[in-house]
Amino acid sequence: MNHEEVLHEQPLVVHDLGHEAHDHHHKQSFITHYIFSQDHKMISHQFLVTGIIWAVIGGLFSVLFRLQLGYPDQAFPFLEDILGRWAKGGRLDQEFYYALVTMHGTILVFFVLTAGLSGTFSNFLIPLQVGARDMASPFLNMLSYWFFFSASVVMFSSLFVQTGPASGGWTIYPPLSALRDAMDGSKTGMDLWLISIALFIVSTLLGGLNYIVTILNMRTKGMFMTRLPLTIWSFFFTAVLGVLTFPVLLSAVVLLLFDRHLGTSFYLSDIFIQGKILPNEGGSPILFQHLFWFLGHPEVYIIALPAMGITSEVISTNSRKPIFGYMAMVGSFFAIATLSCLVWAHHMFVTGMNPFLGSVFVLFTLLIAVPSAIKVFNWLTTLWKGNIIFTPAMLFAIGFVSLFISGGLTGIWLGNSALDMHLHDTYFVIAHFHLVMGVASMFGMFAGIYHWFPKMFGRFMNNTLAYLHFWITMIGAYLIFWPMHYEGLAGMPRRYYDFSNWESFKQFEGLNQFISIVAIIVFFTQFLFIFNFFYSIFKGRKVTEANKNPWHSTTLEWTTPAHPGHGNWIGEIPEVHRWAYDYSKDGRDFIPQTEPIGENESPH
Amino acid sequence: METALAQTKQQRWAGGKSPFQVSYGKLMMWYFLLSDSFTFGAFLISYGAIRFSQNFWVDHNAVFNSFPGFEANLPLAFVSLMTFILIFSSVTMVMAVHEGHKMNQKGVEKWLILTIIGGLAFLGCQAIEWTHLITHTHEVLVDGVIQHWGTTTSHNPWGPHVMYEGRMVATPGPVAFGGYFFGITGFHGFHVTCGVILNIIMLTQTKMGVFQRRGHYEMVEKAGLYWHFVDLVWVFVFLCFYLI
Repeated sequence: MNHEEVLHEQPLVVHDLGHEAHDHHHKQSFITHYIFSQDHKMISHQFLVTGIIWAVIGGLFSVLFRLQLGYPDQAFPFLEDILGRWAKGGRLDQEFYYALVTMHGTILVFFVLTAGLSGTFSNFLIPLQVGARDMASPFLNMLSYWFFFSASVVMFSSLFVQTGPASGGWTIYPPLSALRDAMDGSKTGMDLWLISIALFIVSTLLGGLNYIVTILNMRTKGMFMTRLPLTIWSFFFTAVLGVLTFPVLLSAVVLLLFDRHLGTSFYLSDIFIQGKILPNEGGSPILFQHLFWFLGHPEVYIIALPAMGITSEVISTNSRKPIFGYMAMVGSFFAIATLSCLVWAHHMFVTGMNPFLGSVFVLFTLLIAVPSAIKVFNWLTTLWKGNIIFTPAMLFAIGFVSLFISGGLTGIWLGNSALDMHLHDTYFVIAHFHLVMGVASMFGMFAGIYHWFPKMFGRFMNNTLAYLHFWITMIGAYLIFWPMHYEGLAGMPRRYYDFSNWESFKQFEGLNQFISIVAIIVFFTQFLFIFNFFYSIFKGRKVTEANKNPWHSTTLEWTTPAHPGHGNWIGEIPEVHRWAYDYSKDGRDFIPQTEPIGENESPH
Repeated sequence: METALAQTKQQRWAGGKSPFQVSYGKLMMWYFLLSDSFTFGAFLISYGAIRFSQNFWVDHNAVFNSFPGFEANLPLAFVSLMTFILIFSSVTMVMAVHEGHKMNQKGVEKWLILTIIGGLAFLGCQAIEWTHLITHTHEVLVDGVIQHWGTTTSHNPWGPHVMYEGRMVATPGPVAFGGYFFGITGFHGFHVTCGVILNIIMLTQTKMGVFQRRGHYEMVEKAGLYWHFVDLVWVFVFLCFYLI
């Protein structure tokens, strides 16, 4: 067979696409341009906007259950107006409280911080920063979004079924989630949850395959892997983790569906429910936990790695300094990705697993502190003596580092199985993971949006609103989650509906109220961002051709036209001659990657 | 020489081309298969974990001892035939890909048709096997009463034997057997079904001369990768359910 031809097929095809794109006679209908678009930039917008809608829903849920937690003895009649019988007399129904907690977790983890973060920025930045016309397979890329969209529709519809959405916690442990009779939330809502997640897994798989292959195969001339911006490295490892671990969740979901509908006993054994003995025997609920956390833990890094990549890029650009320890950054991405697949059972120390097995997982868990610390010190040393420009994106990136340190340090506590006995399922855990992966990754996302907005939409966002948004969110995040550490150390368990019956937790009544008030303020502060975002898309200051590289960045995406069409570059794709971090070099503020190495240039 | 080698290796990663000298589609297929192997891996490891937590497991030679049309006790004969059919269909797939390299449209069509027939035959055998297991009942002693059970996801008539009214009768066996057997072979069967559909699409495309015009049969090669993977998975499924 003619091997060469096969190899050359893709570049040629992609090249044609480029010509087509800047040929202005080529017209696209509204549907192919905005809805069933195959342009990676439009698909990233779709991911972002869907993610924002989900973030508002997921955030609103947390406001609702924070009302309950802060004011357990008070009625809020407006709740009955919006929730009906789920909030009779203005007080949240107990089962619906669990539904809110479950959906808050599911939505934020999967729909916002996986699809909204990695989906948006992998799609947007990979082709632009590696120098490609589009993703390897624009069609599969489009399918990836539409699978995500259908997963969203199914999950959203579960909010409206008679028996309510899934409410067994976002980890949906059986047997609670496997038995329809266990509670209302384990009826139709649970099935919809499982179907939605299965669709979601297909979406991540299609997206992930595309990201990996585009990064490996479609780099422009001169773009060695070691010249890639760290964003791309982070998306690469994120995609690899997704491709390897999400299928295991699919297995877990399929087996759970069988247990629910086909009478199998994968996870069930010796159960009494409502006075009946179930025939199931021989299954193991712990098996589900193993399968779930084999995804569940890497999932944390699927969420955190893109935020780390974005942070690295934004911090280096706005410190006007090369990133400190580029290869160490790449190496630590690799180490984190590898180790993250070997630590899942640290979520299961109290399930009765063998303590000797536990000690292995303690070891690997604590080892993750090493690459994480490498990253943190590299960010700090990049900032050190930098010529720092405090753009909103930069503030959010620094905020990410701060939150990542604060939340990461408590990870070292929780990774010890002995300490975990006491801290397991308390507010200490809530505080830990919200800081280190929840809020921190949100900050990474905000940094990315503020930084790349001019490239995404060809306009600027309003800085004043952005600064307000940052400071209130930053201070608010610490005010919400810092006190939770104390509550958790005192043993206050998570997922409880009302603490006022417990003598030991009565002292936290005021503190819980305080947390709820701040949470509500922070939630409504996000509308500053949302307004700013949508307003700026249509009315923001325009990016001009002269000002198309507003942050004086070295990377390829800023060499495209101010408003790039499908195909990204007019004419040839630029060739790359240097790494992505030549800032403040040889007396020059920055040197774009496309500039050939000068004769007397010093090595970096 | 060595430096030259190192240089070409360096150039491979220099961008502007694929570092592995493969098209994006083939690379994507490889990563997909890697991902899919994790799905099957999770299933098989779960199966192992549950199976080895049981005191008793079924005797494969007793469960899988029938051959359609024969009354005799023929342990594992039918599944051996199924395995042979599937592996043979891999051989015909290799031939199809080979003819594709030679740009021989007729040859590709012929071998693809044989591959599709092999896939359908395998699925048919699986349907027969499942039907036999589910509908063919066996005596089981349940709570002191003789009942007649088929092998299903919730019933297992292949438990340890006890003495009852002067003869040996089976008691209920671990239900996990049926669940994992039907679950995993079913998931594999689903993959074979997808493969057959994929091959039918390849066949129609070949017949329409799409690949001939394109100048290469790489799509057939990609479908072939998938097909071989499905075969390979069967080898593991066969090992775990019929042999061990």
